[in-house]
Order: sequence, then C-alpha cells, then structure tokens
Amino acid sequence: MKTLVFGALETRISITSLLIASCLVFISIFFSYYQKLKLEKETIIGILRAIIQLILVGYVLNFIFGLKNPLFTTFLVFFMLFNAAFNAAKRGKGIRHGFSISFIAITTGTTITLSILVMAGAIKYEPYQIIPISGMIISNAMVAIGLSYRQLITNFENRREEIETKLALGADITISSIDIVRDSIKTGMIPTIDSMKTLGIVALPGTMTGLILAGVSPMESIKYQILVTFMILSTTAIATFIACYLGYKGFFNERKQLK
Amino acid sequence: MRRPILEILKFKDVFYVDNKKIVLENISLSIDCGDFISIIGSSGSGKSTFLKLCNNLISPSNGNITYKDKNILDYNPMKLRQEISYCFQTPYLFGDKVIDNISFPYFIRDKKLNIAEIRSLFNLFKIDNDFLQKHVKKLSGGEKQRISLIRSIIFKPEVLLLDEITSALDTNNCEIVEAIVKQLNENGITILWVTHNLEQSRKYANKILTIENGKLKYFEVIR
Repeated sequence: MKTLVFGALETRISITSLLIASCLVFISIFFSYYQKLKLEKETIIGILRAIIQLILVGYVLNFIFGLKNPLFTTFLVFFMLFNAAFNAAKRGKGIRHGFSISFIAITTGTTITLSILVMAGAIKYEPYQIIPISGMIISNAMVAIGLSYRQLITNFENRREEIETKLALGADITISSIDIVRDSIKTGMIPTIDSMKTLGIVALPGTMTGLILAGVSPMESIKYQILVTFMILSTTAIATFIACYLGYKGFFNERKQLK
Repeated sequence: MRRPILEILKFKDVFYVDNKKIVLENISLSIDCGDFISIIGSSGSGKSTFLKLCNNLISPSNGNITYKDKNILDYNPMKLRQEISYCFQTPYLFGDKVIDNISFPYFIRDKKLNIAEIRSLFNLFKIDNDFLQKHVKKLSGGEKQRISLIRSIIFKPEVLLLDEITSALDTNNCEIVEAIVKQLNENGITILWVTHNLEQSRKYANKILTIENGKLKYFEVIR
C-alpha cells in the first residue's frame, strides 16, 4: 500500500484551496434562505460539526499511525468491534443475547478476513492499514447483521404456523426454522451482493475514488477495490451466518417450544 | 412384570396461563389407550390449548401431565411429538410440492422414503399417486387437509390430535376424512378430536369431553 502514501503526497490540498471550496457551502445556504427552507442554521451546525470531527479524527489517526504498536492497534479494532456489536444488537431488539451474538459474529468475520489478508501479504498488520480496513469490514458486517436480525424477527412473527407445524411433527428447532434462518442470512447479504453487481457502473466506489484522487493509477486502484469487495463479502457472509444461526435459538425455550 | 399401560395420557390439576390470563383451569382427567375422544366447547374455551399441552407444544403452568405413566416433561420433546401427532385446523403445507411434505416425517427420522407405503396411504385417502409432484399452491382445501393428515400418520402415532380438521371441508371430503380417522382408531391409535359438530362427536367418539371457559365441564362415556 506504499504507493497510496506516496501518491497522496503528490496531490496535497492547500488550506487556501479548502477556503475557496468552502464557498460551495454558501451556495447551499443561499438556496435555503432564498427558498425559505429554514435549513441555514442546520447547515452551518452540520458543516461545523463535520469539520471539527474530521480534524479530531485526523489528529487521532496521526497519533495512532505514529505509535505503530500492534497491541494498541488490536485494542482499537476491539473498540470498533464492541461499538459495532452494540449497534447491531440495538437494531435487533428481540434477539436474545443480541450483543454477545453480534460480538462473536462480527469478531469472527473480521478475524478470519484480516488473517487471510495478512497471510496473503495483501496488507500488513500496521495501524494505517488495519484500522481503516477493519472499519470498513466491521461497519458492513454491522449493517448486514442488523438487516438479518430484523428479517429474523419478522419471520418468527409471521411464520409461526409453519414452525409450529414442523415442531408438531416432531422436528428439531433447527429443521423447523432452517428456511427462516436462510432467508434472514440472505436478507443481510443481498445489499452487499447488489452493490458488487453495480460497482463501477452506478458510481465509482469509495476506495477506488480515494486512490484515484490521491494520484494512484486507475488500474492500480481497482486492485484495491477488488480486495475491498472480497473482504466485505467474506466478513458479511461469516457474520450474518453466525448471527442468524446463534440468534434463532433464542426464539425457542429448552422444551423446544416457540416463545 | 410391568403392568400394561391403560391410561395413555393423564392430566392432574393442570393450569395453563398465557399473559396472566387463565386459559385452562384445574384440568384432571385420564385418557385410555384406544379412546376416541371428541372435544367440544365454544370458541376460545381452551380446546386447542388442551391439544397443544398433550404433545408439549406448550407446557402446563401448573400441575402435571403424564404420558404412559411418565411425566411429559421427562420425554425428549421431539420423540414425544413423533408419538403424539398433531394435525392443525388450517393445514400448513410447506415447500413447493406435496412430496416435500410427505418426505418430511422420513427426513426428521433419518429414514428413506418408502414409496410403497405412501402409495397405500394415498389409496386409503383416495388421492392419486401423481399428487406427489403437485404444487401445494394448486391444491384445494380438502386436498391440503388430507395431505396434512397423511403427513401426521405416516409413522403410525400412538395418539392423534385433530384440531377441527373437517371444519372447512365439504361433505364429500369430510366423509373421507371421518372414515379414515375411524379406521385409524380401530387400528389402535388413540384419537382426540376437537370439533364443533355434535353429530360427528356422537357418531364416532366413545367419550365426549366438554370444555367451557377453560374448565372441564363434562367428561362423559357414551359407548
């Protein structure tokens, strides 16, 4: 990934350029004022928050990247995993042990994906590579799990008859809910698969855009984008699979009855 | 030597409470092997809950239920439900084709599909053999109910729980199902049949159980 760092140096944005570009914000404020949308205050607050937050993140990342301490990098990855699990569990209210399940699912998905990437030599266990990549895969897994949870809850509400019929015939809870679990995994994965299908057609994806803006050649940029696509797909698949297979059990009691 | 089991199911002071509402209250009764019991009572009186308690789709809130002299909660719920089969009022057929439903009982028992056995059951239920490949969405209500009943009895259960299975059937389908249920009982299967049809009850059952407002009102032996 060294080309990325050197490329970035070639296209530095000066403070003057940023100040001139800020007039774009005034266009938005002008339209709001002209059309009486009353969004001026919200726009100014929004833009100020964005600038402050980004400056802070910039300093924090600068500090972390400078540390080059694998333990601290791992700690930060776990901090992200914890927050992602917390958010996913919030979206899946009704899933028993939602936080623990989400944490196990996202952690497993992230660990497997990162291990393969590091072992393949695609990335190094350096903070400037591990942190942004972990952020990408963890957030995608979090969103996918949230979708799967919602589908799981809806299915267990709407398809009680189907499950109860199978249970009444003497089936185990896994056989009784396998179709529901599969449907929920699919729901979590479909957005990732759909976005893969439109990569480069509807919009240039984020990683590739960033690299091109930083001066990296498009052919080199697509390699990174392909890598990102692979890792998001694998983490999403592993995380939704684990989350659904652990999550469905909470809808039954120890007597294999629907709650 | 162990004494032969005469009472197949026994309820002792059984209560069932759902969301703080008492659905069944203080039910005590014994069901003998080979009984054909008709369960009657107004809608919402707790008849379906009573059936669900029999095969542990739900557990009693209080009291205990024994099956073959052993507490129902000491059984593996899957094995118990394979012996005490339940057929619902609205037949739910899953998958795409009839074969998906017929093969299900074999699948859960890890057994190979026995086509000869299925054919003989289809003949008994007056269903053509080519039905196996029919799409479930193309079946009539009567056909669905018959497939659902076949699915429940392929592995001859000890007890068959029937929840208003003829309520949505026409006279012809109703007569077919009634005749089969009668035959199953003659072959030794204990039948518990929830019905609104008093004439049907008197015609086939040897005992009639009346449940009103969650309480056992009558349990009469009629033959």
